[in-house]
Amino acid sequence: MTILIKNGVVFDPAQGIDGEKMDIAIDGDKFVEDVSSPDEVIDAGGRMVVPGGVELHTHIAGGKVNAGRIMRPEDGRKGRIPRGKLTRACSGFSVLNTFATAYTYARMGYTTTFEAAMPPLLARHTHEEFEDTPITDKGALVLLDNNWMTIEYAKSGDLDKLAAYVSWMFNASKAYGIKIVNPGGTEAWGWGKNCSINDPVPRFDVTPKEIIRALAQVNEDLGLPHSIHIHCNDLGHPGNFETTIETYEAVKDIKPSSDRQIMHATHTQFHSYGGSTWGDFESKADAIADYINKNDHVTIDLGVVMFCDTTTMTADGPMEYSLHTLSRRKWSNHDVELETGSGIIPVAYSPKIGVNAIQWAIGLELALLIDDPWKMALTTDHPNGCPFTFYPEIIALLMSKAKRESMLETVSEAVGKRALIATIDRELTWSDIITMTRAAPAKILGMSDTKGSLKVGADADLAIYDIMPESFDPTKDYKTIEDKLMRTVYTIKGGEIVVRDGEITATPHGRTFWVNPAGKKAEAARDGMLEDLERMFRDYYTVSMANYPVQDEYIPHGVEIRTEVN
Amino acid sequence: MAAETVSNVVCPLCGCLCDDIEVIVEDGKISNVKKACPLGKNKIMGHDRIKAPMIRENGEFKEVSYDDVIEKSAQILAQAKRPLLYGWASLICEAQRKGVELAEEIGALIDTTASVCHGSTVVGVQGRGAPGCTLGEIKNRADLVIYWGCNPQEAHPRHRARYAHSVKGMYRPNGKNDRKVFVIDVRETKTAKVADEFVKIDPGYDYMAFSALRTILAGHADVVPDTVGGVAKEKLVEMVDAMKSCEFGVIFGGMGLTHTRCRYKNLENVISLVDELNAHTKFTLIPMRGHYNVNGSGHTLAWLTGYPFAIDFSRGYAWYNPGETASNDVLLRREVDAMMAIAGDPGAHFPGESLRHMAKIPLIQIDPYANPTTELADIVIPTAVSGVEVDGTAYRMDGVPIRTRKVVETEYLTDEEVLERILTRVRELKGGN
Repeated sequence: MTILIKNGVVFDPAQGIDGEKMDIAIDGDKFVEDVSSPDEVIDAGGRMVVPGGVELHTHIAGGKVNAGRIMRPEDGRKGRIPRGKLTRACSGFSVLNTFATAYTYARMGYTTTFEAAMPPLLARHTHEEFEDTPITDKGALVLLDNNWMTIEYAKSGDLDKLAAYVSWMFNASKAYGIKIVNPGGTEAWGWGKNCSINDPVPRFDVTPKEIIRALAQVNEDLGLPHSIHIHCNDLGHPGNFETTIETYEAVKDIKPSSDRQIMHATHTQFHSYGGSTWGDFESKADAIADYINKNDHVTIDLGVVMFCDTTTMTADGPMEYSLHTLSRRKWSNHDVELETGSGIIPVAYSPKIGVNAIQWAIGLELALLIDDPWKMALTTDHPNGCPFTFYPEIIALLMSKAKRESMLETVSEAVGKRALIATIDRELTWSDIITMTRAAPAKILGMSDTKGSLKVGADADLAIYDIMPESFDPTKDYKTIEDKLMRTVYTIKGGEIVVRDGEITATPHGRTFWVNPAGKKAEAARDGMLEDLERMFRDYYTVSMANYPVQDEYIPHGVEIRTEVN
Repeated sequence: MAAETVSNVVCPLCGCLCDDIEVIVEDGKISNVKKACPLGKNKIMGHDRIKAPMIRENGEFKEVSYDDVIEKSAQILAQAKRPLLYGWASLICEAQRKGVELAEEIGALIDTTASVCHGSTVVGVQGRGAPGCTLGEIKNRADLVIYWGCNPQEAHPRHRARYAHSVKGMYRPNGKNDRKVFVIDVRETKTAKVADEFVKIDPGYDYMAFSALRTILAGHADVVPDTVGGVAKEKLVEMVDAMKSCEFGVIFGGMGLTHTRCRYKNLENVISLVDELNAHTKFTLIPMRGHYNVNGSGHTLAWLTGYPFAIDFSRGYAWYNPGETASNDVLLRREVDAMMAIAGDPGAHFPGESLRHMAKIPLIQIDPYANPTTELADIVIPTAVSGVEVDGTAYRMDGVPIRTRKVVETEYLTDEEVLERILTRVRELKGGN
């Protein structure tokens, strides 16, 4: 199938295209230079044409997402849509069923979605849900930082064995990248405790910082496409911005194996807090932004909070319990033997509560204070800050000071005293927004050859919005942004039209990307590592090693990316 | 043909999902099963299989072909106004996924055996959350284990040895010598006999006992009466001391909580207790799920529909409201006009009033084994045994997904194949309307 999209106003920051009127051609599942006598011609009529959205951090599939659905039937009741000719029944606002997740992302113009936290022992579950999440291409980041094997190797400094372990675990769980969540802290939660970046992990004589450095080094030794992807220690604690910056500093000297960051620090809003208690809690977005502006080895995503009743879920078990003690609504927790944990609670962010209002401000401040949009991705840490369905409104806030001013009138006055948002005049451009939602996340993930751009040879993923950039003023007409970014005129995924006029027109299976780290770096210490791992299975796991790895049946649409460092 | 040993077989019997079973196969048939408990061995060895598809005519079953039963089932389901698809516990997730698709297609109610088992646990979770962990956390860390209203010695025979009591773990190298085990039950069960402490409680007093424990934990022992549900206050204080002072505690909750007075309120109360204990030490709760993949049915339904059981698709979207939409709610209201029972046995577990209604409506049974439901069924479709003759996914009681293994070949169709064929035919019939 060939498609020609004519008369679009194209934004493609990866190619430096900033609102130019041009045609885009698709042949099969790739963008091409041109097509003669195309099967379908789409006249964009001056509308905005951009690459398909790339979501690099979202919680959409697996054990904790499903525990959220099971715990919150009241959330399921929001967002009910009956089945259609092509579509399955939908439910949910913050914990959507898999079909609602897929259709909603596609309608909003997103074509790539990465699940940000997959416990290795429960990896099969994540992949089962991926199979029932159609349309978007997917990948999963595997939790490897609180694993006893990792902690032991970080302690002994045996990075060759750690590389062999990471390689084995990527194959066993069919993972795309390394996720770190409150390193050491989630293991400590196995005893009801927590630890900060320099505290020794209970019963292991090693610090979180040493774990982070070991995994960062191994990530580069193996030449993985993505860097380590970290949820820092002390999430949500007043004054945690110092831990955050110390975490950034910890890996500064490590050399990247490709043209990207050494560390991707996620949902940074939750890590940019000043003060020492909830009473003097304040924004430190300026300190974080200043660091990011002056250094090139760290990228971030925002983790914006918007006011709503959402569900928080993370492998950071101790944080969720501590947050739970503030509200005492309901709390789920699921520690995973030898590996990780998770916590889930409902949270209602209120504009009238000072802390919540400051959290809201911080997410926006980060985007407005960091100069280079290539250093950040727009996320809400779905559903932690709010569901991803708030992206259009967040974009409106970032593009329009008038929108911010109207919203500031409705929030707690604490924002004026202990946040910076009211003092910032910057209004982001379409190019900034398309960078933060397409080009930058693709580059951060190490996928810029195929994702986040309309360049020739890239995957034919594209969105057309009913916005005429040449005659449209986003600083004034912000309400239109909120409406039009919710539903594309067209979403094309892999050369197939999946949305037309906001309605789903096809539901192909997306692919699942996974990385197979091979080569001498991955294999040198393999035998010694396997001896250690076999002991872990024999003595401590409750599943046999033979039944542990995710079988090929679970990734029928898998795409293996082989890295080889010798 | 020589005997072959298949290792690391996953036992498709109970929620323990033991994955270390050895099955001896001779001439394509299972000749022995090692390491499994008697219940698991019996299931894997096989027994009382339904020989062929059957349709009841004039009160008697007549053996027919798969084509016949699939056609007849599809016709019944396509014409039904209020069909109920019930069961889904003793089969693999792949079949459950197909079942949800069928339910959406015909606007059915889909419900699992949880609705007469741990459904009240799920409803309790929806009120107060699920503070749990995987069983390996118990094995490696737990020094206090409480079995409350459950009897694993008879229902989950390897639970203590593999996960919770005599098993040795990282921080419990001496197994049972490093742990203290309480059993709280209304009678001295076999599990009670092997525990360190048996606390006998009067039937129906669990809720009050949890309230008393929470009261003592909160520092108000003075207002607790001398006995609560037959348990002396001193014993309750002792239990709270044990809970507060352990390093890692767990309560395994059984049907003694879900099927006695207060039902889901018992669960809300014990979850609150566990929640509050976490202010002092590490504490968790794990429901003792029965069927090997009933937990998987809750998971599969939840990601596909948003809800774990008792789902009504009559509106086109998923409507969940146990009390209104669970199997016995709709059967007792005599709303259901056709029913499928798959991998569950309502004939043995539903109240008489429900069974009386089931006897009046077309009932399709899909199952490898004959059971009391067969006596009521109008159509019987035998299938392969998941986990022995078919491989696929099951979720252990603690949410760990494991792929069961296929050990021997079979000529029976799989559950998934039967459902797929019924679904295809239903679509043709409805498309032709």
